[in-house]
Amino acid sequence: MKVLCNGEAQEIASGIRVADYLIQLGLDASSVVVECDGKILSREEYGSHALQDGSVLELIRFVGGG
Amino acid sequence: MLTIAGRKFRSRLFGGTGKFSSPEVMKEALAASGCEMVTVALRRIDLNNPVDDIMSVLDRDRYLFLPNTSGARDAAEAIRLARLARASGGGEWLKLEVTPDPRTLLPDPIETLKATEELVKEGFKVLPYMNADPILALRLQDAGAVAVMPLGSPIGTNQGVLTRFQIEIIIAQAQVPVIVDAGLGAPSHVAEAMEMGADAVLVNTAIAVAGDPVRMARAFAMAVEAGRIAYESGLGAVSKDAAPSSPEDGLGFLR
Repeated sequence: MKVLCNGEAQEIASGIRVADYLIQLGLDASSVVVECDGKILSREEYGSHALQDGSVLELIRFVGGG
Repeated sequence: MLTIAGRKFRSRLFGGTGKFSSPEVMKEALAASGCEMVTVALRRIDLNNPVDDIMSVLDRDRYLFLPNTSGARDAAEAIRLARLARASGGGEWLKLEVTPDPRTLLPDPIETLKATEELVKEGFKVLPYMNADPILALRLQDAGAVAVMPLGSPIGTNQGVLTRFQIEIIIAQAQVPVIVDAGLGAPSHVAEAMEMGADAVLVNTAIAVAGDPVRMARAFAMAVEAGRIAYESGLGAVSKDAAPSSPEDGLGFLR
């Protein structure tokens, strides 16, 4: 199935959970905030929230800024 | 000691974390600055090049994170960024920035006020970046801002305190701390702001892009301290006419 992640179309395994998707991307879940279809997920939801075909994801983190 | 929203700060210099040449230089410069609160921004992760997380470089026990909403062009975007910052573990403190015009990066007063009202309701400790408008400062304070952050000059310009007249009024009227932010390009600029009675200053660019950011951070820290001590000590009155500093009496033997 396909999702749109940070503006890029990605082919991912059907029904994959957010926590596993972050591992696949090599990201440390503790430093990433996930917005899925406009809704911010809490860290506790990463393990249970399954991505749907067509989901729009934003993976955000802190960077240097003034 | 400076207190904002019940939290005490020994240092009146707040640091930014943008534009440093490396995380190591940033870490060392922030340590040299003595600052206890640092701004951070939120951005999309580049999936093809996920750089190290800034949270892992900075000691959260040493620095209070002040996430900003940089990049937001209206209240809705700022509120979205604020909620993401909180969900990212950024806490309740927020530097609210709403800058619709990328050329000037001047803050939108109306959207900033709207966003302040909403975010205060949601429990954020809001420090709005604002143009140096004394009336707006009072409106933001009434809306629940825990401090106000009037600009000295536009972000990243290093032009110093071009808004002196308005900032003097803001300082005279404000019940919340006044943090002069943006455009402070030299230690003399922050000394000027502190001599005027600003409670604190925020500096990013001028330290980050200096030839030697670590030594420059130290220079800024000294200037902030000097300016504050001068303010507390009571500066002399400014006058157009000269006044001799040596006695006028006792010159009879000359003539």
